[in-house]
Amino acid sequence: MPEWLTSFPTLGEQLLRSVRRAFDEAYRSFSREYGEVIEAIFDPLLYLLVWFERLLLATPWWLVIAAVCALCYAATRSRKLVAWTLVTLLGIGLLDMWEDTMRTLAIISVSTLITIALGVPLGIAMSWSDRLQTVFTPVMDVMQTMPIFVYLIPVVMLFGLGKIPGVIAVVIYAIPPVIRLTNLGIRLVPEDVLEASDAFGASRRDKLIQVQLPLALPNIMAGINQTIMMALSMVVIASMIGVRGLGQPVLEAVTNQYFALGILNGAAVVALAILFDRMTQAYGRRLRAIK
Amino acid sequence: MSSGSIRAQGLYKVFGRDPASVMPLVREGIGKDELRDSHGHVLALRDVNLSVPEGSVQVIMGLSGCGKSTLVRHFNRLVEPTEGRVSVGGVDVLALGPGRLRRFRQSGISMVFQRFALFPHKTVRANVAFGLDVRRTEGSERDKRVARWVERVGLAGYEDSYPGELSGGMQQRVGLARALATDAKILLMDEPFGALDPLIRADMQDLVLGLQAELKKTMVFVTHDLEEAIAVGDRIAILRDGEIVQNADSQELVLRPADGYIEQFTNKINRARVLRVGSVMEPPNPELASPLHCSVDMTLEDALPRVSASPGEEAPVTDGDGNVVGAISVLRILVAVAGGRYSLGDGSEDRLKRTAG
Repeated sequence: MPEWLTSFPTLGEQLLRSVRRAFDEAYRSFSREYGEVIEAIFDPLLYLLVWFERLLLATPWWLVIAAVCALCYAATRSRKLVAWTLVTLLGIGLLDMWEDTMRTLAIISVSTLITIALGVPLGIAMSWSDRLQTVFTPVMDVMQTMPIFVYLIPVVMLFGLGKIPGVIAVVIYAIPPVIRLTNLGIRLVPEDVLEASDAFGASRRDKLIQVQLPLALPNIMAGINQTIMMALSMVVIASMIGVRGLGQPVLEAVTNQYFALGILNGAAVVALAILFDRMTQAYGRRLRAIK
Repeated sequence: MSSGSIRAQGLYKVFGRDPASVMPLVREGIGKDELRDSHGHVLALRDVNLSVPEGSVQVIMGLSGCGKSTLVRHFNRLVEPTEGRVSVGGVDVLALGPGRLRRFRQSGISMVFQRFALFPHKTVRANVAFGLDVRRTEGSERDKRVARWVERVGLAGYEDSYPGELSGGMQQRVGLARALATDAKILLMDEPFGALDPLIRADMQDLVLGLQAELKKTMVFVTHDLEEAIAVGDRIAILRDGEIVQNADSQELVLRPADGYIEQFTNKINRARVLRVGSVMEPPNPELASPLHCSVDMTLEDALPRVSASPGEEAPVTDGDGNVVGAISVLRILVAVAGGRYSLGDGSEDRLKRTAG
């Protein structure tokens, strides 16, 4: 039997290695050439992140708790949720995870804001253009299924270790739900309501702001909820490229076999996740109830 | 031409991938079914010509799928015709650019929809204000108008409710107020009461008739209900497979239906309530001296007691100024109400008289 039937005929080790090397070289020289420029572009983001983290750390713990509880009440009008928020945050503080939690809160908040600022307009654009939708849908599928470490490599090559690559990785991983659900929400707005706004001479902008976005808002909120959940799930992985927060002790616990430390910090991530989830969901329900 | 008149000339509408390619066949008179089965296009309107004078109510009637909703959407260009001309108030609607078309829809023409099409996330007040908001009528002028129309359609007290909290009839009142708030001279009503219960529908018809007496809008009113058509319409156009079969007032439609299709519509209605004395009277009879007069616009139902109480069961008919313009007899009324089998002026009265005699 000829050899190509028993073992898969590959392109040849030599050729593949040189292709890979050429690709890596090209990217490396690109990052050497433009790394600083790109880093400078992202500087404002870094300032925002650092400023917000310092703000959370410098503010007395009771003030932070009061602010989060007030925000929770404003969004949900639910005393039960406020009580649950209070208990969660007090527990985190008592177990000496306050600082790490604040750092995580900072990066999650900033990542979520960026995700919304990018994702909602992209979703709107996708709802307007079927062509854009056919292009973006597979791109987003790749973003969500590609192993996270794979796109960490070029980001780290470009930015080194630190907060910015962390945020970028979180945003890439967490942005698809917002885009998808904004697009879906706008496309689901009933045809007759759109026809009515046309019949009254509404411009595209009026239609978007007065009709499509408000009616899509419950769906958009569901997307934001998903995004926050996915961002939180990235906390531990982001700590591998130097993002400080609740992920770091978990990483430490894995390498040193500190079971209890791992459980405590993991539980804090879960508690934050539940908190955000209930808050955004209750807010979404309130939006729906208005209808 | 005045600003509230509507005119459609040679209107064709074909739905499908390439309507222009099948237009020669359509003009040659290809059947609707053949066009759909062999050419994959749907014929919605064929050579529709319609002229609605300012201040009158034109009803468009037909079974579902006959193209009536498509036709009404040509007047504010929610649907583009495949061929033909539409002018509103002397303006060629099809020549308007996007900006001018928006302004035309903002203040020249407004619409009420069958399924209400209200904004579910807006309050009654905000729904009524929508047309004013998109044309940037702001402040006290906006609030004043909204309050006036909410009040006029009978929704005072519900300003802060959401459409989902209202009954169907009340929702359509919101739709009506939303359309009236822009003060457009032309009102398109696409089966506005088709989704409502009969009792509520009668209420809404009264509301529209009251408003029309006051506002004298030019109205295009789509319905599939002949009684509604007769109640609101000055003229009634009956559409079949995208063609206007007959366009006439209610008397003409009932007395002289153009074909069997129209008769199918008209033979189920109560003719005594539709036909008016003026449509069926005979020339004046100077020998009549009954003190009981009937006026020309009385329905036969209302006239019957007076006529039968008159000597010889015949009474003089007077016009609005009190001049005697005709005569009406019980027999004449019976023949008109019996319809179909007997027609006026062919001697059937004599036959009836003999049979009765």
